[in-house]
Amino acid sequence: MNTLEIKKSYEEINGRIKKGDAVIVTAEEMPSIVTDLGVKKAFQKVDVVTTGTFGTMCSSGSFINIGHTKPRMKASRVWLNGVEAYGGVAAVDCYIGATQVQDDDPLNKVYPGRFLYGGGHVIEDLVAGREVRLQAKGYGTDCYPLREYDRVITIADLKNAILFNPRNSYQNYNCAVNGSKKTIYTYMGILKPDIANATYSSAGQLSPLFNDPFFWTIGCGTKIFLAGAAGAVAWHGTQHNPHVQRGENGIPREGGGTIAVVGDMKEMDPAFIRGASITGYGCSLMVGIGIPIPILNEELAYFTGQSDSDIFCQVIDYGKDYPTGEGEPLCETSYAELKSGFIEVAGGRIPASPLSSYPVARKIALTLKEWIRQGFTLGAPQVPMPTEDFRGTVR
Amino acid sequence: MYSINVLCIFDKSIMYKPIIYRLAKDFDVLFNVLEAKIFPKLEGRIILELRGEREAVDRSIRYLEEEGVRVEVLADKIRRDEERCVHCGACTTVCRVDALTIERATMEVKFHPDRCVACGLCKLACPVKAMSGNSIDIE
Repeated sequence: MNTLEIKKSYEEINGRIKKGDAVIVTAEEMPSIVTDLGVKKAFQKVDVVTTGTFGTMCSSGSFINIGHTKPRMKASRVWLNGVEAYGGVAAVDCYIGATQVQDDDPLNKVYPGRFLYGGGHVIEDLVAGREVRLQAKGYGTDCYPLREYDRVITIADLKNAILFNPRNSYQNYNCAVNGSKKTIYTYMGILKPDIANATYSSAGQLSPLFNDPFFWTIGCGTKIFLAGAAGAVAWHGTQHNPHVQRGENGIPREGGGTIAVVGDMKEMDPAFIRGASITGYGCSLMVGIGIPIPILNEELAYFTGQSDSDIFCQVIDYGKDYPTGEGEPLCETSYAELKSGFIEVAGGRIPASPLSSYPVARKIALTLKEWIRQGFTLGAPQVPMPTEDFRGTVR
Repeated sequence: MYSINVLCIFDKSIMYKPIIYRLAKDFDVLFNVLEAKIFPKLEGRIILELRGEREAVDRSIRYLEEEGVRVEVLADKIRRDEERCVHCGACTTVCRVDALTIERATMEVKFHPDRCVACGLCKLACPVKAMSGNSIDIE
């Protein structure tokens, strides 16, 4: 963070937000502003750039406190609609993970498995206010004598339901193809043999961490849009890695940074959080995240001004190289190419389809813009994320 | 010329009976087999594109039904739940007939039921179960 030069302060930006004259644009609108005005003038003009992403994020889940029963119970095993939540925390706390499936799920025994209902769906049902069956078992103690509990509840009956996702909003992600001889069913969707189609999962230019590639404004304590509610970045996410291959514009060309996020499920909107069933793979959760980027200096205007044609990812063979953990990327492709619907791989032109929703990502960035117009202020991260220096130059 | 895609279900009593050839012979309807599956001792399923004069196609469908074939018009069969669809796009490269396409300007997924041949791949690909309806496979 010692490399961060602040030319326009948080106080200045928040002051304009409060007065109602802050200039707020989305990361989709910013590239043309930077192209038209140049970086310097774009920095002077724009105060905040809003971002958005909506995709499947497996490393998600919720801490739930079911409230004390009468008589009291140490709920050491807990199920919600038949999906087991981890009960190895305090008496009536548990954590339900997005990828946990129902105890009697046939998994991949009939291949490819359908994974119709899991932790992600429980989270969606709770947020949507639907009824959920809560079952719990305890072994009985002097202070917590009750051994069994079985009740239909809604989120209103829960003491707390706090979404806590250890790894979300990957800065960049692979583009997947299948070089094997059979159709495969992966977390990157259905991939046809002989490299016949490609899938990718990023909002590209709209995606939060592409717009602040060195995490100058994103860190523990940053207020964000999380599934329709105001949430926060809790920490850097698991597998967070700032030391990756980057373009001259500083933007990672592979994986890179991640964030852990937290928010109150009782305030969330089911339009921005959805259970997911990924055929042959498992259950998961689609999460909507938006992060406001304060334009503190010219570099941030430059980063947020980068568009899909400036952002690249690696094409990986999920038929062989990914599962074995060996091999090299087949090639690189830009998000502009991916979004055109076709990419070039191994000499062939193949259709590419997204797995994360660009329309919902756009809606999130626009919603966040509206929130800021109505007074949602920005703050400096309280604990910075691990990063590295920007060695490129602003053109 | 009128064209329609239909799913024909032959139960086990008629699944080995020659019926389809009559569409061309007696009704002057061009048929194109888009997909076919035999479920031994249970039923046969075939997806046909029927082409011809509207009246001839309608009469040929009535004939199929008289022979005991269950005929379902595919444009009415595979449905998209607009509330559930999040426009992620996962269905678009598995769709073989461009019934599910992305409008590039908005990146929204458009559904064209008239092109659908009910192969059912979109139901497998959709992570939020927005696609439903009868397809060549028995659920």
